[in-house]
Amino acid sequence: MSFLTLDGVGRRFGAVQALKGISLSVEKGELRAIIGPNGAGKTTLFNLISGYFPPSEGSIQFDGQPILAVSPNALVRRGIIRTFQITQVFLSLSVYENLRVAVETAMGLQLRPWISRNVRNQVEAKVEELAAITRIGPKMDRIVGEMSHGDQRVVEVGIALSRHPKLLLLDEPTAGMGDEETNHMTDLIRRLNKEQGITILFVEHDMAIVFGIADRITVLDNGTMLAEGTAREISENPRVQSAYLGNALEENAA
Amino acid sequence: MSASIETKPAAAQGSARMLVAAGIWVLLLLVPLWLPALGGYTDLATRALIYAIAASGLNLVLGYTGGLSFGHAAYFGLGAYGAGLCLIYIAPSLPLAILAGTVLGGIAGILVGPMAMKRKGIYFAMITIAFGQMFYFIAVRWNALTGGEDGLTGFSRVPLHLGGHAIHMGPVRFYYLVLALFAVVMLVLWQILRSPLGHSFVAVRENTTRLRFLGVAVDKQIWVAFAISTFITALAGALNALLTGFASPDNLGWQLSGSFVVICVLGGMRSYWGPFLGAIIFIVAQDYLSSVTQNWMSFIGLIFVLAVLFFPQGLLGFIKGRARS
Repeated sequence: MSFLTLDGVGRRFGAVQALKGISLSVEKGELRAIIGPNGAGKTTLFNLISGYFPPSEGSIQFDGQPILAVSPNALVRRGIIRTFQITQVFLSLSVYENLRVAVETAMGLQLRPWISRNVRNQVEAKVEELAAITRIGPKMDRIVGEMSHGDQRVVEVGIALSRHPKLLLLDEPTAGMGDEETNHMTDLIRRLNKEQGITILFVEHDMAIVFGIADRITVLDNGTMLAEGTAREISENPRVQSAYLGNALEENAA
Repeated sequence: MSASIETKPAAAQGSARMLVAAGIWVLLLLVPLWLPALGGYTDLATRALIYAIAASGLNLVLGYTGGLSFGHAAYFGLGAYGAGLCLIYIAPSLPLAILAGTVLGGIAGILVGPMAMKRKGIYFAMITIAFGQMFYFIAVRWNALTGGEDGLTGFSRVPLHLGGHAIHMGPVRFYYLVLALFAVVMLVLWQILRSPLGHSFVAVRENTTRLRFLGVAVDKQIWVAFAISTFITALAGALNALLTGFASPDNLGWQLSGSFVVICVLGGMRSYWGPFLGAIIFIVAQDYLSSVTQNWMSFIGLIFVLAVLFFPQGLLGFIKGRARS
């Protein structure tokens, strides 16, 4: 049994079939990219896996257990955590305050009006650890809303890491970033996967990144699964070429 | 590099803040000495502190948790009626009256909280107003108990019994009692705001979606903030009844709720001392303007509009911004 298994998953919104017959499996420790043209159903797939809404048909299994209609809360406890296409951070707080509240709530302290020095030190240590992994430490006192989009994305990943995710879902992690920021994020994703052993699923438009770091790639088109395989298999797949990569290349050329 | 540059002003800001806080407490302790010299009277300062308590309580929801509660007078009023009814029907005890009012308003807050917290933004505001008006009409209609539109009278500030001594509560002594309770409230709020509980309140204000997808039960946090907030505002109401010897339906009404919001916005919703500063401005302006014109409320309104236009972060937010740059 794979770590994450989708079996015949579909989702309708009224008359619109956003996703249909998606069957895929992700192994533990895998770095999986999901690609596809706009409207292919990538974000819908993310929303299904992260429990944002339930599928209309099919089943999803994570770590040997079904995750149909499970609350976000329960999914987080099971180890699934996601980032959003629109960065979700605490904008008027500093990086430190963002990570601190993430750590405190991860430790279940959110109803505690006071904590012992010992617990406070534990919180501080965890915050330091997150800052070290994400390499955001030097910007700890900056207000997140005043930082670049790329830095905000890194903070968001730091917040997600406070939950010790087993499965991390990243929705377009490098969208709208400059080269340097993109490199930083790509490096972060790879390190989280290789060094922290976190299974990662990410939606990405930048083909250089996808082919550069993903172990395997799933291609969606028009709500269905078009292909799945390694970077080489995908790039050589004629259906993918005609349906997606060809268009993408044309777009890039134009 | 940037960290070391930023730490120093932060430390300097911290000690400057301590100095300002110490100054405020000294001034408050000495009010009976300097206020008469400026043409004020002790009850005015007492009223300002009571409004500061009420608004600081409201601000835990409004400024820190981001919930637009426009019905907080309900809990202020319940505090007032609770204190008055306790003195009339239960026992002529000052501490008991204060406790009764605080608990009555706080319990109402605990009950209303779950119904309000399910809604966000303007809907939350509408529900809080609706509950406020519900309590208002109960007070007006339940003539036998509450005195109806005339309000609840027939109680007074009984002496405080401490170790066999009866301490009569003149204006100055009552001022110090209110000041002591104000200090307790500010200490409680300070502790909450520096704790994980307070951090989570701010996180609710900043981004509910993010918090929910971290697995935090956001509704519960809002409920707790609302409940704590109503206890504090109810305490203020109880003290107000003891100050005036009177609990009126107006203590529950939406106009007063609006005044509390105005006080928070005027002083600065994101500031610990903001509601306190707002309360002083509001009470002093009200006292002065109402002696000059019957239409004092329109001048308060004008001040409010100007403040929102020119100091969107409140007066204290503006001052802090200037101090930083």
